[in-house]
Amino acid sequence: MADAPRPGGRATAHIPGTRTPEHNGAAPGHGGTARHRAVAGPGAAPSGSRTPQGTGAPQRTRTVPGWLWSLPPVAALALVFLYPLALVVQQSFSPENGGGAFDAYASVFRSHSFREALGTTVWLAAGATVGCLVLGFVLALIIAFVPFPGAKAVSKFIDVFLSFPSFLITLALLFIYGTVGMANGLWTDVSGSAEGPFHFLTTPWGVLLAEITYFTPFVMRPLLAAFSQLDTAQLEVASSLGAKPARIVRRVILPEALPALAAGGSLVLVMCLNEFGIVLFTGAKDVTTLPMLVYGKAILESDYSAACVVAVVNIAISVGLFGLYRVVGKRAGA
Amino acid sequence: MLVHSKTGRWAAWGLFGLLFLPLFALPLLVVVTASFSTHWSGAFPSGPTTGNYASAVRGESLQALTTSLVTALVASLLALTVGTWAALAAARLKRRGKRSLDALFMLPVAVPSVVVGLAVLVAFSKPPVLLNGTSSIVVLAHTILVTAFAHQSVSAAIVRLDPAYEQAAASLGARPAYVLWRVKLPLLLPSLTAAAGLCFALSMGELSATMMLYPPDWMPLPVRIFTATDRGSLFGGSAVAVVLMTATLLVLLAVSRIRTRATYR
Repeated sequence: MADAPRPGGRATAHIPGTRTPEHNGAAPGHGGTARHRAVAGPGAAPSGSRTPQGTGAPQRTRTVPGWLWSLPPVAALALVFLYPLALVVQQSFSPENGGGAFDAYASVFRSHSFREALGTTVWLAAGATVGCLVLGFVLALIIAFVPFPGAKAVSKFIDVFLSFPSFLITLALLFIYGTVGMANGLWTDVSGSAEGPFHFLTTPWGVLLAEITYFTPFVMRPLLAAFSQLDTAQLEVASSLGAKPARIVRRVILPEALPALAAGGSLVLVMCLNEFGIVLFTGAKDVTTLPMLVYGKAILESDYSAACVVAVVNIAISVGLFGLYRVVGKRAGA
Repeated sequence: MLVHSKTGRWAAWGLFGLLFLPLFALPLLVVVTASFSTHWSGAFPSGPTTGNYASAVRGESLQALTTSLVTALVASLLALTVGTWAALAAARLKRRGKRSLDALFMLPVAVPSVVVGLAVLVAFSKPPVLLNGTSSIVVLAHTILVTAFAHQSVSAAIVRLDPAYEQAAASLGARPAYVLWRVKLPLLLPSLTAAAGLCFALSMGELSATMMLYPPDWMPLPVRIFTATDRGSLFGGSAVAVVLMTATLLVLLAVSRIRTRATYR
């Protein structure tokens, strides 16, 4: 087989073992020259019909460029996602009742409800992110480094928790901290007063509690993954040298956990900015976030231009932060 | 082991219980308890009943359950196809092309789902493609939202895939289509099913985009739960929520069984 002269390049694509049976079959009993011709044939002849399978396959991948295969999914995404988004941006610049391109923006930015919603959204997202980071770090620390029987089950539970929709938390909080719920009931039973002290559920604090509860597992998962790769010998050494647990956490564990914390935290920040279900189920009139405002303007008021303006602002904030998350995540290797 | 003294360990566990139980275990427990009750004024619920479930698996709620299941199934299959295709195509690109394709397919995660709903509503409420008021607009929005997750988990699995398998198959004379069908996809099957489970769970619980889009005759379970609780029927809503959680968990369990069988093959 080695005797076959091959046009450059193709030879590298051939694996000798695959060719032998083909040639034997093509030229049974013939001498070396016949084999020679049979092998040289496909290389010289334009017809591909005689090309054995093994030689055809690598050739084909080279004739169809790889980027061509990525066209169909990109085209689908462009049609159902990018084109609609472009329409939203376009509509935000062209108010239905005429006027200049920035009229809708000006009127939305002037409105009190938008400014309040923007402030509430940013404040809630930042607060929930900090809460999730602190809570997630403490819980993951105990699961990973002070293991107890059932710690595995707890991390399984966290995975299950992630697959539930967010609004279930608000629904549950209604029973726990609602005006006639568990906490207030316990309080009135114990203290004998007519009314319980918990009325925060329809305020932003209720949304904050629900968001911290729902999003903390999103921080715990990358943290637990990072902790499982941490060399426990480091901890033993630090501890045998007399370091107290607080010092070990600060000087050994925290530096290792920083990338995971950054990646998880920025993901949670983006998800909190976009959270809708929790706020909708709270049902409070005075808690409006940007996604709520989009829904209210579009569906309840049928003011699509204003909805598109708010949507563009919301996209700008969260896509910018998401880009940051990708950069941080890349650097952290998460 | 970070804490060596016994009291210190118990203190850590106590802190864990104090944080974990009321924040994470209690909410789910409360929803389940409420779904079996008729009254909750005071510390504990009263009036044990299974009536909430009787109505949760009948009439409109049953219709909402089938609506959700059909939507989630179609959306996750579509998302899996597009996401896997894009991930496989991205793996063949050069560094820069791969990165931009990945970023493009992750974009729906960054865009708020309410805005995705608004965009789909704006784009497909007018000719040439008029989908507003049909069930397909809901399925379409769900597909857009979950494709990113399918793409992400499949492309993470492709990176881990040993290229020696496909190289060996190709060297033995297998065409690219054959290598894809008989070598790559079977090797990717565990992550494909995991991605399918993830997409299904996300689509089952999707509320934001659905609220923007759902037509009256195609109301998925989360919307049904919202309308029930909005009317003040908290206990009926809890029962429907438990049905939603159970359906999601059952599907995830079934999917994970496929996965273990595939890994033993």
